[in-house]
Amino acid sequence: MKNPLDSLTQTVVLGFVLTVIMVLVIHAIAA
Amino acid sequence: MEWGEIVSYAWWTFAFRWLHVIFGIMWIGHLWYFNFTQTPTMPKIPQELRPGVARYILPEALWWFRWGAMLTIISGLILAAFEKKLVGVITIGLNTSPHIASNASLGIGMWLGAIMWFNVWFIIWPGQKKNLGLVQCTPEEKARATRIAGLASRVNTLLSIPMLYGMTSVHFY
Repeated sequence: MKNPLDSLTQTVVLGFVLTVIMVLVIHAIAA
Repeated sequence: MEWGEIVSYAWWTFAFRWLHVIFGIMWIGHLWYFNFTQTPTMPKIPQELRPGVARYILPEALWWFRWGAMLTIISGLILAAFEKKLVGVITIGLNTSPHIASNASLGIGMWLGAIMWFNVWFIIWPGQKKNLGLVQCTPEEKARATRIAGLASRVNTLLSIPMLYGMTSVHFY
């Protein structure tokens, strides 16, 4: 399996996915 | 308006936010230049012109990149201290009850920024020193260090997206 970090597009997509997870964590902390 | 009113505590707080943004653009601007422009373009550059990038552009860009990272984290910590949020953001808002969402957001952003700063100074820069020939090493070590530095740079590009969410969403929460 290719490393997704070798693809700039996949790196950026993963960045946005991680942002969604981060938003969920922030809401969980603040709840 | 009195001079003392202009250069007040509130002004210094603002000044460090302003400096933090300037240094942050210097850092992340170079990070994105490496990942969005230089790395994808290198294979398209004729072989005889590539040393120009490696010998002249890359060392200069790496200097602004790593010192931008250093000054970003220093100015950010001073800013958090001025805003009396240092403990709140380090503990990602868990130090108070109820937990403060803006501290959670800013704190996660700060920790991501700290990981990125570590990557710059302790993985990318040491790897690039081998790549640029500033440190003696075997061709195998050079290839490995360059590969690891490249991956760390990609990790930082990935982390920069949620990191900037944390930094800019503080007034939303």
